[in-house]
Amino acid sequence: MKSFSYERADSPAAAAAAAARVPGAKFIGGGTNLLDLMKLQIETPAHLIDVNDLGLDEIESTDDGGLRIGAGVRNTDLAADPRVRNDYAVLTRALVSGASGQLRNQATTAGNLLQRTRCPYFYDTNQRCNKRRPGSGCGALAGVSRQHAIVGSSDACIATHPSDMAVALRCLDAKVSTVRSDGTRREIPIEAFHRLPGDTPEREHDLAADELITAVTLPPPVGGTQLYRKVRDRASYAFALVSVAAIVHRDGRAQVALGGVAHKPWRVETAERELARGGDARTTAAALLAGARPTRDNAYKVTLVERTLAAVLAQARESGS
Amino acid sequence: MKFDEPAGTNPIDQLKVVGRPADRIDGPLKTTGTAPYAHDRHDVVQNQAYGYVVGAAIAKGRIASMNLEAARAAPGVLAIVTADSAGRLDQGERNTARLLGGPEIQHYHQAVALVVAETFEQARDAAHRLKIRYAPAKGRFDLEAARDTATIPEKTGSGDPAETAVGDFEGAFRDSPVQLDQTYRTAYESHSMMEPHASVAAWDADGQLTLWTSNQMIAWTAQDMAKTLRIPRDKVRVMSPYIGGGFGGKLFLRADVLLAALGARAAKRPVKVSLTRALMPNNTTHRPATIQRIRIGAQRDGHITAIAHESWSADLPGGGPETAVLQTRALYAGAHRMTALRLAEHDLPEGNAMRAPGEAPGLAALEIAIDEISEKLGIDPVAFRILNDTQVVPDNPAPPDPDKNSDQTAPEARLDAGRPRRFSQRQLVRCLETGAERFGWKRRRSKPGSVRAGHWLVGMGVAAAFRNNLLTKSAARVRLDRRGRVTVETDMTDIGTGSYTILAQTAAEMMGVPLSQVDVRLGDSSFPASCGSGGQWGGNNSTAGVYAACTQLRRLVAARLGFDADASDLAFSDGEVRTASRSAPLMLATRDGPLEAEDAIEYGDLDERFQQSTFGAHFAEVRVDAYTGEVRVQRQLAVCAAGRILNPKTARSQIIGAMTMGVGAALMESLHVDTGVGFFVNHDLAGYEIPVHADIPHQDAIFLDEVDPMSSPMKAKGVAELGICGAAAAVANAVYNATGVRVRHYPLTLDKLVQNGLAIA
Ligand SMILES: Cc1cc2nc3c(=O)[nH]c(=O)nc-3n(C[C@H](O)[C@H](O)[C@H](O)COP(=O)(O)OP(=O)(O)OC[C@H]3O[C@@H](n4cnc5c(N)ncnc54)[C@H](O)[C@@H]3O)c2cc1C
Ligand code: SF4
Repeated sequence: MKSFSYERADSPAAAAAAAARVPGAKFIGGGTNLLDLMKLQIETPAHLIDVNDLGLDEIESTDDGGLRIGAGVRNTDLAADPRVRNDYAVLTRALVSGASGQLRNQATTAGNLLQRTRCPYFYDTNQRCNKRRPGSGCGALAGVSRQHAIVGSSDACIATHPSDMAVALRCLDAKVSTVRSDGTRREIPIEAFHRLPGDTPEREHDLAADELITAVTLPPPVGGTQLYRKVRDRASYAFALVSVAAIVHRDGRAQVALGGVAHKPWRVETAERELARGGDARTTAAALLAGARPTRDNAYKVTLVERTLAAVLAQARESGS
Repeated sequence: MKFDEPAGTNPIDQLKVVGRPADRIDGPLKTTGTAPYAHDRHDVVQNQAYGYVVGAAIAKGRIASMNLEAARAAPGVLAIVTADSAGRLDQGERNTARLLGGPEIQHYHQAVALVVAETFEQARDAAHRLKIRYAPAKGRFDLEAARDTATIPEKTGSGDPAETAVGDFEGAFRDSPVQLDQTYRTAYESHSMMEPHASVAAWDADGQLTLWTSNQMIAWTAQDMAKTLRIPRDKVRVMSPYIGGGFGGKLFLRADVLLAALGARAAKRPVKVSLTRALMPNNTTHRPATIQRIRIGAQRDGHITAIAHESWSADLPGGGPETAVLQTRALYAGAHRMTALRLAEHDLPEGNAMRAPGEAPGLAALEIAIDEISEKLGIDPVAFRILNDTQVVPDNPAPPDPDKNSDQTAPEARLDAGRPRRFSQRQLVRCLETGAERFGWKRRRSKPGSVRAGHWLVGMGVAAAFRNNLLTKSAARVRLDRRGRVTVETDMTDIGTGSYTILAQTAAEMMGVPLSQVDVRLGDSSFPASCGSGGQWGGNNSTAGVYAACTQLRRLVAARLGFDADASDLAFSDGEVRTASRSAPLMLATRDGPLEAEDAIEYGDLDERFQQSTFGAHFAEVRVDAYTGEVRVQRQLAVCAAGRILNPKTARSQIIGAMTMGVGAALMESLHVDTGVGFFVNHDLAGYEIPVHADIPHQDAIFLDEVDPMSSPMKAKGVAELGICGAAAAVANAVYNATGVRVRHYPLTLDKLVQNGLAIA
């Protein structure tokens, strides 16, 4: 860990201003990801701006009937909120499938969105990794890639985004609100929030250095049967090999997003049209994974996506959507 | 005390304290966080500095250059140890690779430097400032590729031969009407014990080295430290009273303790070093992966006529094989047999013992093979195992001859080549029968894939458990003080197993005092040398050592109190010493000063006259998600026959812990090898998955009544490894029974099911 300076901001404006003032500054939420990366010197911020006292820990109803989730709301609190549990069950289900109780007590909404990949080559600073050291090559591509992406990957990087929460947010068409030091605010649709790796896997989003996430907004409830199915090697406390977030409606329409397969939560319009037309898990998965480029180690994920989707659709049918 | 004839009745048989489910006497220290583990020993010596270990960034090659300037100049840095500056080092008897590498690098994360600083954070920061350039060389990292280069190993670690053959295997196999010929694979596994390797080292002005560490084998470590540093053995003191798990990963001198000593010498002050979790899988030892070919030929009535087991593993040059075929020499009958170990060289980190080395991966394969041949024969797998039970060691070809094997025969005569060796106790059949009854085996459907509960496929599996009982010398000292308290001292270790408690129970039984009146002090090389903790030999041998010392102490007490020490009715019980005619309070004996005795248990040839083994049967019920192939264990049961159970509570903990590890081996544990770069990729607990609570819903362990007079005066044997032997195969067989998909490559992760025809509907 490199030595760093630290300050505790007391308002979003102050936090953004501090980030603009100090080069190499980073916000810290729960710290459950950032501190680990700092100990390994994968992240080396010169300055930390603590964003836990910005008053961003409320969940409020919006005028149009949606929900505005403060960036600092803890994963545990978000999952337990009755409005979320009733109207956005896919989000609660995704959250409680992630990490452990202790971590969820600490993890924030913004931090969860911005957590970095769990690629083991990214974590081992002796290894080649374009994401950690641009231009050094991708250790995983030639090495062990059982966990890695099968769609949307590039020759530079095949990492996945590890968040469960983000997959549910993608399914729900959430929007991410931000503010900068000059007071500019914007709302980024979740589908545009995370980037694909392309030639610049080190850039995972388009936020500016002084851009603070203030909230995540959910549109009004859409009903339907909301499911999150996370598939992993052990029963708990493991990242998804594949996950499926789905909102299935009585008329056959559905929103489906995948986790564990790409550099961002994966959702494909043609796949949902396929479902609406009466398509099954096979044809829908084929549309979701069009252009997939699995490695030898993770070819199983192609099959697994289809099978998990089939499980989710069967479960939705059983729950009588 | 020499133990060379079967034990007769002795004071332990009273079973007033021994054999009872006593709580751990060290429990309160652990649950209150006050047990002094190595890394917590801030108080033992003042002025401790911190060392941070730097591991090699390549798997094979050389260090081309090392620039220490920036690190030396970093805040708080006191010293930097490298192979250049460490002085001449020898290598420990039990280490394959050097613990401090450079300029030659033998494996990934081999330690190449220790940075010592005032604080841990400063040492870590400075370590990142070392500039090391490497000249990598091509290495061999793929067991599959190395298989063809494998040869017959010179040493097997256990001392057993690498090859055995009885009868005409090839011919008998060829002529068998029912045959099985399959190849199985087990994974590289990491001990992943809770407490990382950690040590504090301090030198005094006379060159005396004191080490507070976390280690299973005090005497080995003291010896190997002295040898590596080229100093006299008596200059090294090792203390390791509390250990947060080892599983074989702490049997040996490792880099933490050597580098702490070198760091302390260089910094001229005490130094504390612990290995980071991410360093452990590649820096320390692991369980080698195996490829195992098993061939079984059987008659249609189910009798095995031919059985062969071959195993391939790889290690660094100078290393040893994973002895995965050993149990096959003793477990099932069959006239024509063959086993062989093959060892290839590779350049991955050094392999070595992990809980039940040999048998754990060996039974993982063998017991699937047994399941497969039973199915081919159409015989229930429990019944098949019972049918092929043997009461003599089947690797010995002579037919049993009860007359000549009588007790009159001189020991030498019984050792004649070609004579049958019997097991001291062998209750495999009862284990299987009891387990089948208790587990509800009747309800198992023999046709795989025939039980379904919603989207779950449900199945049951069984496997035999087998692990040898090893006899090794073990010494102890016992003292009776004026207040009547008994103190036991031995360098035995408690790695979470319950040694403190069973040693206290033994002393309490022998001296006739309550458990609360016994203090046990362990893990100090200044105490008499014990057997240490490993190979499930710790429980029986270390308590027998205390038995020996207590026997001497009883003589001293008897003498002080005017009893005939050899009187047949002399008893120590309820704080008194008595015979039929007279009794005296025990404390009277120490009115004029404490009494102390030291002795060791030493063994004759009872383990050559009789095969001493422990047996068991594992049962597992699993559910497999028909869609995703996720396997979830529902129930596990182990029935064990392992001699006298000294404390059913701590023994049960050993068994269920081992069963849990068996689930890990069956379903998830695997160090993934990058065969290009040459390292274990998933080298932390995020990547190396072991079972969590949610994976282990229900476990049961049953111990059959057994006393084994051949094993020691305690009549006990080991249990700590028996519990893992066969546990993985029971799960694997249950997965097959549930799904009809036979996976022969551990771990049975879901990809192997969904890619091999797991049917959804
Ligand atoms: C052992 C372990 C297991 C885990 N398992 C899972 C799992 O199964 N599923 C899963 O989804 N996750 C899992 N996680 C990850 C966990 O969800 C994340 O670590 C957590 O959500 C991060 O939140 P945080 O608030 O602690 O983020 P931090 O560590 O504080 O920050 C993460 C990043 O977000 C940035 N940031 C924080 N707040 C803001 C803000 N307001 N505006 C802009 N940038 C900001 C930080 O600068 C940093 O770059 C696991 C983590 C661990 C350690
Ligand atoms: S997959 Fe991406 S994160 Fe992993 S090694 Fe390659 S570049 Fe780095």
